[in-house]
Amino acid sequence: MIRNILAASLLLSTSAHAFATDITWWHGMGGKNQEVINQIAEKFNAAQDACSLTPVSKGTYEEALAAGIAAFRSGEQPNILQVFDAGAATIINANGAAIPAEDLITQAGYEFDRESFIEGVRYFYADADGKFVGMPFNSSAPIMYINTAALEKAGVEAPKTWEEFETIAPALKEAGYIPLVQSQLTWEFTENFFSRNNLQFASNNNGYDSVQGTTLNVTAPEHVMMYEKLKDWYDNGYFGYFGAGWSDNQKPFEEDKVALWIGSSGSFGGLQSSAQMPFSATFLPYWDSIEGAGTNSFIGGAALFAMSGKSDEENKCSADFFQFLTSAEIQYFYHQSTGYVAITKAAYELAKEDGYYEEKPIAEVGIQQLSLPGGEWSKGYRMGFYPQIREVMEREYNRIFAGETTVEDAMKTIEEEGNALLARFAKTAG
Amino acid sequence: MKRVQFSSPYLPYLFLLPQMTVVFIFFYWPSVQAIQSSFYLEDPFGFGATFVGFDNYLEAFKSSHYQQIARFTVVFTILVTVFSLSIGLLLATTADTVIRGSGPYKTLLICVYAIAPPVAGLIGMMFFDQHIGPFVTMAAWFGWDMKVGIDYVDTAFAMIVVAVWKQIPYNFIFFLSGLQGIPVSVREAAAIDNRSRLGRFRTVTLPLLAPTAFFLLIINMTYSLFDTFGIIDVIVKDKAANNPITLVYKVYMDGFRGNDIGGSAAQSVILMLIVLLLTVFQFRFIERRVHYN
Repeated sequence: MIRNILAASLLLSTSAHAFATDITWWHGMGGKNQEVINQIAEKFNAAQDACSLTPVSKGTYEEALAAGIAAFRSGEQPNILQVFDAGAATIINANGAAIPAEDLITQAGYEFDRESFIEGVRYFYADADGKFVGMPFNSSAPIMYINTAALEKAGVEAPKTWEEFETIAPALKEAGYIPLVQSQLTWEFTENFFSRNNLQFASNNNGYDSVQGTTLNVTAPEHVMMYEKLKDWYDNGYFGYFGAGWSDNQKPFEEDKVALWIGSSGSFGGLQSSAQMPFSATFLPYWDSIEGAGTNSFIGGAALFAMSGKSDEENKCSADFFQFLTSAEIQYFYHQSTGYVAITKAAYELAKEDGYYEEKPIAEVGIQQLSLPGGEWSKGYRMGFYPQIREVMEREYNRIFAGETTVEDAMKTIEEEGNALLARFAKTAG
Repeated sequence: MKRVQFSSPYLPYLFLLPQMTVVFIFFYWPSVQAIQSSFYLEDPFGFGATFVGFDNYLEAFKSSHYQQIARFTVVFTILVTVFSLSIGLLLATTADTVIRGSGPYKTLLICVYAIAPPVAGLIGMMFFDQHIGPFVTMAAWFGWDMKVGIDYVDTAFAMIVVAVWKQIPYNFIFFLSGLQGIPVSVREAAAIDNRSRLGRFRTVTLPLLAPTAFFLLIINMTYSLFDTFGIIDVIVKDKAANNPITLVYKVYMDGFRGNDIGGSAAQSVILMLIVLLLTVFQFRFIERRVHYN
């Protein structure tokens, strides 16, 4: 009896995938985003017979990268690995770990047109010549969410610049709200401070040109000024800070205690059900006093990398999947179901034609911010051991708000320890 | 006592083999690899490794952040061990004297032990949550503006409370069974000689509990050093920032999240040496004072 069932189930499973090439995709997403990934895989598997894609969640972004690296070292790597923005340098600088997405796609016989992608996503995961190494996947931008009722009550308009914020902050506080809260200082007030204000983040062309001798620029007077302002606002009750964790800072906004919250364009999906009040969104503010400010922001989120050491058949399947994933319909589906931006122009057009943004204007803010005119320094950054550098920043920034250090000293420490980590990475890569 | 003899001289080794294989594969082999990696600076993907001698160790020792973590680990280990041992002992001695309803009372104390560390961390974190935590509200009554996650000391306090809370039941079980192992005749004799309960506890009960206490001391120190990982991970919520962490969490951060294999291997070797020294010290200097039987 049991043997019969076993034999039957074996037959079934083999016949379903009789000729399909199996490929795997490791990612670092959970909850709703993981469900959407599973849906995309199902759609891909249903759309063709040649390939069968299995997505596997490896936990968080960091855990997915660590798992991918460990697997690569023992020759068990997945076909596709999702790597987050801060970890991109680790995989891109390891020559031979990943097949550049552009090569993978052209080798499979497809045309690859960089121009079909929106401006903001084109450079971050590309090499110095602009060739796509990673395929941008879940892409987001730090945007400012607005508690509309709070602003009405205070009788003010949403700020475009930080100067404007300074003028309206007292009124918002008066109205009984915490005027401003953010959720990730490293991403929103350091990395994207440099992109939005078009300032150089690191030497060697933000790290793109070489890993040797790259140094951080966080002691730039403008950047120091930003944090001195933040600390000042914090002391005056204009800025609320609840630690380095994302959700601790998002919660007071959802609970209608905060007027303005800097979150991710990808937060939109979740906020629709968790926020207790109506809200809208606009671009991340910049400093009017900084010349040339107001450029687009770096793309956040993660990209997909095709790992090397796989057979041609499997690589063809990965390429097929990348083509499928960047098709306008799938991009639009992903954009709608997660809140991450659509990365191709065609998908953006499709969403517009469909009237999606008339219905949900907030969904367009991220893509509009990424499509703002780019500056010399808003293309991206490439730094090794960057996840560790972020940890140093998180530590020092918390110390600033705990009153354990001054902004000047914190930035000096970050630069010192960060540069040491960059030098260390250069040694591993050299 | 009669000595047990094996018929063949090889037989005992055969019986030892499965255990030794497990120990070798899961302990010695990774240890040797860690020691080896600690002398290299390695590309995360394993494309190349440069021999750097003791650089990885020097880097760790020179870093003021690492020194701070080491100091916190010492304080954390001492506090967690002392509090969880003494509270466990206090509860055990009290429970030992309860006559009516001792069953449910003991079960209630023990059942906390069945909670997995991450779950304990989560429950503990709810109590200390900045927005909804009842402990934070309570602290506010006394003018303590508790900011777990931002303030170093407040986070350390929360961590120690949760870690101690989690470990008390374990100590309780062992102390209770230790207490119940003390013969009634000895207790009665002691009660005649000394009327003071505290005096009896100090001169009779405690020495008889010493083997249990020594065992628990080692277990609790290992617990504070390693097993609290899950609690710390939940409390710092994936972002250590300026919050206190222990040495083992730093190894995880640098190795698994930072992909710095050489550096984290050196740190884990340092940790291994610390535990080795601690164990030698405990057995040489403390165990001498413990009398079995």
